[in-house]
Amino acid sequence: MTIPAHVEIASPHRRNQTGLYLFLYPVLSLVAVSMLIPFLWMFLTALKPQADMFQVPPLIFTLSYTMENFTRAWTRGNFDRFLANSMVVSTSITTLNLMVTSLAGYAFARLQWRLREVFFVIVLSVMMLPGLIALIPTFLIVKAVPLAGGNNLLGQNGTGWLDSFPGLIFPLVGSGFYVFLLRQFFLTLPKELEDAARIDGSSEFNVFWRIILPLCKPALAVVALFSFQYSWNDFLWPLVIIQSDRMRTVQLGLALFRTQTRINWGVLMAGTAIATIPTVVLFLSFQQYFVRGIALTGIKG
Amino acid sequence: MSITTPARGEGWPDRKKGKGFGITRQERAAALFILPLMVLLTVFWIVPSLSSLFFSLTNYSVVSATRWVGSENYLRLVDDWLFWRSLLNSAYFTVGNIPLLLVCGLALAITLNSARLRLRYLYRVVFYLPLVTSSIALSMVWLWLFDPHLGLLNLLLNAVGLPSQPWLQSTQQAMPSIIFMSVWGGVGGTMLIYLAGLQGISEQIYEAAQVDGATPWQSFFHITLPLLRPVTLYVLVTSIIGSFQIFGPIYAMTQGGPAFATTTIVHQIYINGFRYFNMGYAAAQSWILFLLLLGLSIANLRLMTRGLDV
Repeated sequence: MTIPAHVEIASPHRRNQTGLYLFLYPVLSLVAVSMLIPFLWMFLTALKPQADMFQVPPLIFTLSYTMENFTRAWTRGNFDRFLANSMVVSTSITTLNLMVTSLAGYAFARLQWRLREVFFVIVLSVMMLPGLIALIPTFLIVKAVPLAGGNNLLGQNGTGWLDSFPGLIFPLVGSGFYVFLLRQFFLTLPKELEDAARIDGSSEFNVFWRIILPLCKPALAVVALFSFQYSWNDFLWPLVIIQSDRMRTVQLGLALFRTQTRINWGVLMAGTAIATIPTVVLFLSFQQYFVRGIALTGIKG
Repeated sequence: MSITTPARGEGWPDRKKGKGFGITRQERAAALFILPLMVLLTVFWIVPSLSSLFFSLTNYSVVSATRWVGSENYLRLVDDWLFWRSLLNSAYFTVGNIPLLLVCGLALAITLNSARLRLRYLYRVVFYLPLVTSSIALSMVWLWLFDPHLGLLNLLLNAVGLPSQPWLQSTQQAMPSIIFMSVWGGVGGTMLIYLAGLQGISEQIYEAAQVDGATPWQSFFHITLPLLRPVTLYVLVTSIIGSFQIFGPIYAMTQGGPAFATTTIVHQIYINGFRYFNMGYAAAQSWILFLLLLGLSIANLRLMTRGLDV
């Protein structure tokens, strides 16, 4: 192991530090491997043939990896349908969130209007509510959407948006957190940008759409990634409003899959892998945005 | 909803440019820009939160006629030992979870903050990986690891000559097992927030301390910890709020068992509201949860907006 030759102040602790690093690498690697073991074990189990499942001690490596558990989860476990549902729901929520929160964030950061501070505090206060407090009334509101799911004009006699895509999507759109995040980003842009456009007679929407938004791609990416990940992994809301098998999201399908059949660990781990892969791939591809977004939220003070 | 009325009033299309009611061009634009957000927040957050107080004073259930019951639900809560048990379990989980999250997260952050450590970006990614995975998927994986007969944990214990443990199937070990899983799953988040905080501390302070002969331990206790206090406060507040609302792993792994050893407040709210359809009673429970977390939520709001021109 070599240590990069920095020019540094000669330090009495320098020699200790070399020893420290010799100690750190193995320890860190051990911790990192134990962090990964659950994921590796999930994949290994999912790829094992059924015949090898009950070997004691378990075979860590078999010669006959197979996709049979994945095909079973995919077809018989309906994970194809669950995955498609989750894709529709999460991409819709993400798209709508981007539109709704960037417009609002822009209004809070760049436009001059009365009551701006009051509204901003309202938005932030809503963000701080524990989601649970609204759970039951939101369920009743979604059930009472007029003229949907057999409801009359007053929202009675039917099921409204329960067990439907709009019911899964709309209550998760519009987060104060993303408004806050985008507002902070909009504030960093120079004021002259819009003033020039305003003098040229652009509408406020055009200023926002053509001048400001193109400069905000990194912040929008953070919002898109967080929003997609959050809605993909959401569980309690789908659990509460979804009744039919074909409307299940992948998380709900996974949780109920376990309770409905005798546990077949190979198939269950294959389903778990299917539920996990999309967000993990997103994270690995765009991890610098995740890190930036988390840093933005945590270091006020 | 009275709160949105001013926005609507301003936003109502008044086609005469900038004239009438003293509304400026920017004000009209702002009203339209925040309208979608305010409608969504009003319909799905503000109205539900306020009306849950109303529901908690009724015997609302989807199936039978609704009757005003006043404080009956709240009085019933006092005698509901299962509710007290769930409060206790939530507190147990929180108290077990948070010190470990903070200490391990800080230790990892300090280690990975060193510029001389190779592969530190790789380590960060590995530690953060569980946080992008759903609680249900993680629960399934750990259910398998904790399996008393074929699970990896018992196989490892047996391999070094130790007896198998019942893990989630014992009233004693179920909650510690869930705490263990949560620390494994959450430590990467604490680590990243601490890392961001550490990068805000100037290297020069440490160099000055070193010149004055401070040991690394002294630097840690007298420089690092005090300067990270706002970060610690933020992590503490947000993770207490999060821990008190744990639900996914409980639902997916233990269903609150064995013998109610892991039933939490949110699990009770779910069971009462959506399994027994005692929605009035469940609303009362969620109001108690809200009041418990209110102080922390206000603290959180203050922390986020401190130093901002709100």
